[in-house]
Amino acid sequence: MDMNQYLSMFIDESNDHLQSLNEKMLELESNPDDLSIVQVIFRSAHTLKGMAATMGYEDLASLTHQMENVLDLVRNEKLTMQDFIFDTLFKSLDALESMVEDIINGGTGKADVSSIVTSLQAIVLGEIPSPQGVTTSTKVDQVNDEMNHSIQLDEFQFSILDQSIVEGHRALYLEVFIREDCHLKAVRAYMVFDLLERSGEVIKTHPSVEDIEQEKFDRSFSLYYITQKSVDEMKRMILNLSEIDKVSIVELDHESLKLMGELSSSVKEVAATAELEKTTESKVVVPQAPTQPTSQTSKDVVKTTGGTPTRTIRVDIERLDVLMNLFSEFLIDRVRLEQLASEARNHELTETVEHMSRVSSDLQNIVLKLRMVPVDTVFNRFPRMIRDLAKSLDKKIDLVITGSETELDRTVIDEIGDPLVHLIRNAVDHGIESVTDRLAAGKPETGTVNLRAFHSGNHVFIEIEEDGRGIYRQNVLKSAIKKGIVTEAQGAAMTDEEVYQLLFAAGFSTAEVISDVSGRGVGLDVVRAKITALGGHVTIISTPGKGTNFSVQLPLTLSIISAMLVQLGSEKYAIPLTSIVETGIIKQNQIRTVHGYKMVEFRGVQIPLISLSRIFSVPDFDESQEEESEIIVIRKGDKMAALAIEDFIGQSEIVLKSLGKYLPQIKGVSGATILGDGQVALILDPNEFIK
Amino acid sequence: MGEDIKVIVFKLGDEEYGIEVDKVQTIERMVPITRVPKTFTFVKGVINLRGVVIPIIDLRGRFSLPLVDYTESTRIIIVAVNEMEVGFIVDSANDVIDLNTDKIENPPEVVGGIKAKYLQGVAKIDEERLLIMLNLSEVLNKNEIIQLESIEE
Repeated sequence: MDMNQYLSMFIDESNDHLQSLNEKMLELESNPDDLSIVQVIFRSAHTLKGMAATMGYEDLASLTHQMENVLDLVRNEKLTMQDFIFDTLFKSLDALESMVEDIINGGTGKADVSSIVTSLQAIVLGEIPSPQGVTTSTKVDQVNDEMNHSIQLDEFQFSILDQSIVEGHRALYLEVFIREDCHLKAVRAYMVFDLLERSGEVIKTHPSVEDIEQEKFDRSFSLYYITQKSVDEMKRMILNLSEIDKVSIVELDHESLKLMGELSSSVKEVAATAELEKTTESKVVVPQAPTQPTSQTSKDVVKTTGGTPTRTIRVDIERLDVLMNLFSEFLIDRVRLEQLASEARNHELTETVEHMSRVSSDLQNIVLKLRMVPVDTVFNRFPRMIRDLAKSLDKKIDLVITGSETELDRTVIDEIGDPLVHLIRNAVDHGIESVTDRLAAGKPETGTVNLRAFHSGNHVFIEIEEDGRGIYRQNVLKSAIKKGIVTEAQGAAMTDEEVYQLLFAAGFSTAEVISDVSGRGVGLDVVRAKITALGGHVTIISTPGKGTNFSVQLPLTLSIISAMLVQLGSEKYAIPLTSIVETGIIKQNQIRTVHGYKMVEFRGVQIPLISLSRIFSVPDFDESQEEESEIIVIRKGDKMAALAIEDFIGQSEIVLKSLGKYLPQIKGVSGATILGDGQVALILDPNEFIK
Repeated sequence: MGEDIKVIVFKLGDEEYGIEVDKVQTIERMVPITRVPKTFTFVKGVINLRGVVIPIIDLRGRFSLPLVDYTESTRIIIVAVNEMEVGFIVDSANDVIDLNTDKIENPPEVVGGIKAKYLQGVAKIDEERLLIMLNLSEVLNKNEIIQLESIEE
C-alpha cells in the first residue's frame, strides 16, 4: 500500500493530537485529581499510537504505548499523578514531537527513546525514582536490568504467541549472552538470528533488531521465539555457535504468557471502550458548534471538550494563491464591465453589473479571509513553554491568553512565532521576579503574564504584559552607556520610550547573571528586525516595580496592503499607507535650499523634499514648474521626508505582485500591483528614499 | 537525423526570426505598458498578463537595431526561459512552421545586425526565405547586459 498519500494526513493529525495532549497535560497538572482529563489524554495517546503503528513508525508507536500504560494506571486510580510522572510524560511528549518533526522533514521518525521508555516502565512498575539525579540513574539502571527479563509485548504479538501455544508450537523466551571479549557482537547476534529463523519465528526482540544489528546492546539480548524444537535442542544449537557465553531459555505456557501480557490486554479492552466513547462524543459535539457562536461560550466549550469543534478541511496554500490570482483578474474585468455598462446605458445590463459588483465584493472578503489563520496556532504552544520556563527558573507564573481567535494572514503567522517566543522568554526571565522577591515587594507570589491579541484598524496587536519588576530607566541607560551604544549626553536627552527601545539594540543585555533562558543579548534585536521585516513594530510601556508591556503591532496581511495611489504625469504609483505620516500642499516659495538640498518645513522641523519625478525620470511631470505642489510626508523610524507628487488619486487596497525574475532589484520600488483598470502600478518603498 | 520542431516566426524589419514553440507562452497585441524607471533602456516596462506582472523587452532595442513606432501589427511574444517570464516586442508575428533541426546551420558572424552569440543558427526554408533562430538564454543573459549597460554610461 502506498502510504505517501496518507502521510500529510498523519502529520496533521499527529500535530493536532500532540497539541491536545500538551494542553490537557497542563490542565491535568493544575487539577491532578480530575480523572476525566486523564480519559481525554488516554484517548489522544491511543489514537496517536494507532496511527503511528499503521504508518509503520514503530518508535513513535512504542513510546505512546508506554505512555498509555502509565495513563491507564492513573485512570484506574492505581497510580496518582505526581511531579515525576508529569515530567516524564512531558518529556515523552517532547520526544514524540521531535519524532513527528523528523517525519515532516522527510525522516524516518526514529529516535532513541530508551531512557524515557525506561522511566515510563519504572512508573508502571511502581518504582518512582526520588528527585535526586544520582539515585534516579542507579534506579533506572536496575530497572533496565529487570526489563531485560520481560520485554513488553503488544496485543498483536501477545496473541500470536498465545495462538501458537494453542496450536501446539513451543513459545520460548530466550536470553542470549555473548562472550565479553567478543569483538563483533552484531555478527554473533546475526548468526544467532540466522539460526533461529531457520527453525522457527522470532516474534519480538529486546533491544530491537535494528539496534542489535548496529551493536546497540550490551552483552545480552532477549527475544520471544516460536518453534517446534525442544528447549534442550535449541540450547545446544545456539551454544554451538562460537563466542556465545551462555543462553537461558524458558518455555512459556498459557498461564505465564497471560501473566506477562496482562498489562497489554487491559489496555486493549479499555481502548475498545474508549473508541466507543469517542464516536458517541463526536456525534454530540458536532451539532453543538453552530448553536454557540459567541467567542465567550465557544471558549468554554474548548475548555471542557478540548480541540475546537469547528468543521474544517485542509487546503493546500498554493491553491489559495491561485484562487487569489484568479480573483484579482476577475476584479479587473469587473471594473471594465462597469465602464462598458455605463457607456451602453442599458438599464437591465447596468442592474446586472451592479449586482455582480456586490457579489464580487462579498467574494473578495471571503477570499481574503481564507488566508487568515487564528493566532491561536502560535499561542497554543506558549502555556507549555511558560510551564517549563517557570519550572526551570523556579518561579510561579500564570499565563492568561485572551483574543486567541484573532486572525492574521498565514504568512505573518508563520513568521511571528519566533519573535513571540523571545519576548515571552524575556518576560518570564527578566520581567517576573523570583518568589522571594515578589513577596518582599508585597506582590502575590504567582506572577501573571498576559498574552493578548486584538484587532485595531488595519493592524493586529499582540501584547505581552507581565506584573514583574518593570524596566528601570537608569539601569538601561547605565548598561547602554557602558556598552557604548549611546553617550551619556545622548542618554540624558532621551524619552523613556526611547530608552526602552535601547533594549532592542544589538549587543544589549541588562541581566546581571546570564541564564539559560535569555540574557545573551542576542534575541531582542533579532525580534525587532523580524517584526520590522513583517511591516510591524514593537513598543514598550513599563512602570518600574509594576510591570512591563511589550506591544507588537502587525499588518493584517502581507499580500494585500492599504496604499495611497498618486499620479505623476501619466504615471501612477502606490505608496504603502504604513509609511505615510501626512499629505499636504506646499507653495514654491516655502521650499528652501540648504547645502544644495531642497528642504521644506513640516510642523516646525525642516525635512528634505525629494523629487520623485527626477529620481524616476518621469517624462511628463516636473514639480518645479508648478506654483503649488502636493507632498506626501513619509517616515522611516523617526526620520521623515516629503515626496513631491502631482496629484492624489486616493486610498486603495492593493494586491502585492513581484516584478518577475528578469528585472534586477530597483531602488525605491518594492513591487507592483494591478489597478482596477488592469494597468500595472509600481509600489514605492519609501524606506529607500530616506537615508 | 534531426527532429521536427514547430517554430513561431516573427519579424524585425525585413528579417524573419524563429523561436521554438514550446518556449512561447502566448502572443499578445500591444497593451499599455507601465514604465519601470532605473532599469535597462530596452526594458519598456511591465504589463499585466492575466494577473501576472511581466517585464517587456523591446527586441529591437535589445539588439541595438533602429527603433520604430508601434503599429497595428506589433506583437508581444511572451516566452518562458530559465524560470523567467519575459515579453518581446516584435514588429509582427503571424506564422508557425515545421522545421527539421538538420536544416539549422551555424550562423555567420553577424546576421541582420545581430551578433552570432544571440543566435542558435540560420535555417533556409523554401524559395530564398531565411529564418534566424534565436538563442533565448543568451538574449536574456543578464550578466552580459550589465556589462553592456555600463559601457554605454
